[in-house]
Amino acid sequence: MSIEHLDGNALAGPLGEIFAVDVTAATGRCASCGLAGPVASLRVYGPEPGLVARCPGCEEVVLRLVRGPGAAWLDLRGTISLRVPLPD
Amino acid sequence: MAIISRGFRGRRTEDRDRLPPGQYEERGFPVLSAGPTPRVPLDRWEFAIDTEAERTHRWTWDELMALPAETPTVDIHCVTKWSKFDTTWEGVSLDVLFEDVETTADYALVHSYGGYTTNLPLEDLLDGKAWIVHRFDGEELEPRHGGPARLLVPHLYFWKSAKWVRGIRLMTEEWPGFWETAGYHDYGDPWREQRYQGD
Ligand SMILES: [Zn+2]
Repeated sequence: MSIEHLDGNALAGPLGEIFAVDVTAATGRCASCGLAGPVASLRVYGPEPGLVARCPGCEEVVLRLVRGPGAAWLDLRGTISLRVPLPD
Repeated sequence: MAIISRGFRGRRTEDRDRLPPGQYEERGFPVLSAGPTPRVPLDRWEFAIDTEAERTHRWTWDELMALPAETPTVDIHCVTKWSKFDTTWEGVSLDVLFEDVETTADYALVHSYGGYTTNLPLEDLLDGKAWIVHRFDGEELEPRHGGPARLLVPHLYFWKSAKWVRGIRLMTEEWPGFWETAGYHDYGDPWREQRYQGD
């Protein structure tokens, strides 16, 4: 079977439009199963009609991003937290 | 004199009239997915309509196959701007499935194997406008296109035609589905170009 999804690095450009930090380097925790891991390790479906990033552990949706003309919609319901590395 | 033959020009004009605003004609059948393709064995497949009064109407695969089938030929329009003309399907009209369903609900939330959902007014599923289809282009519907069965509601953008359909929940208030909670339009009429919220 062919691989249907991309990896989380596919989120870097689209999320870079919204956030000043590289979110793909952050550690996210899945709201469904609690698995924590780098955003870059999520399984990403899309990019059309929107990016859907799923947990590699349980396949539930962790993050969704739709880019329309003049606006983006970001859904983080499936994320408990994002740990963002920052300088001291 | 025109170099293009009359017949050819005639067809082009006609096809242009069939294309909603902002769409282009696609001859292939692109696959868009928001998750892994569910695999549903037919002996465990079921379709259910749940009413607002908590009544459930269920069909097994064999029961669905025993119902009268129709073979709609329709144009389909994806919100990602491709349209495909004269797609041929086989399936059961929702009018047949709703025959014994008593409801005063105005809205439907369609749900699928794999967790996908989409919302639309109940009236858009009735009066010959929607089907549960299980064959495409003379063949069994492939899993990547929504097999064993998907909803077909061709007068709305194709994300409303939920793949791997599992059931319909009838509701007195509109409840936005998967893409409708992420910026896409609640109704999605391609002729009014209702792609995103606010369109
Ligand atoms: Zn998970």
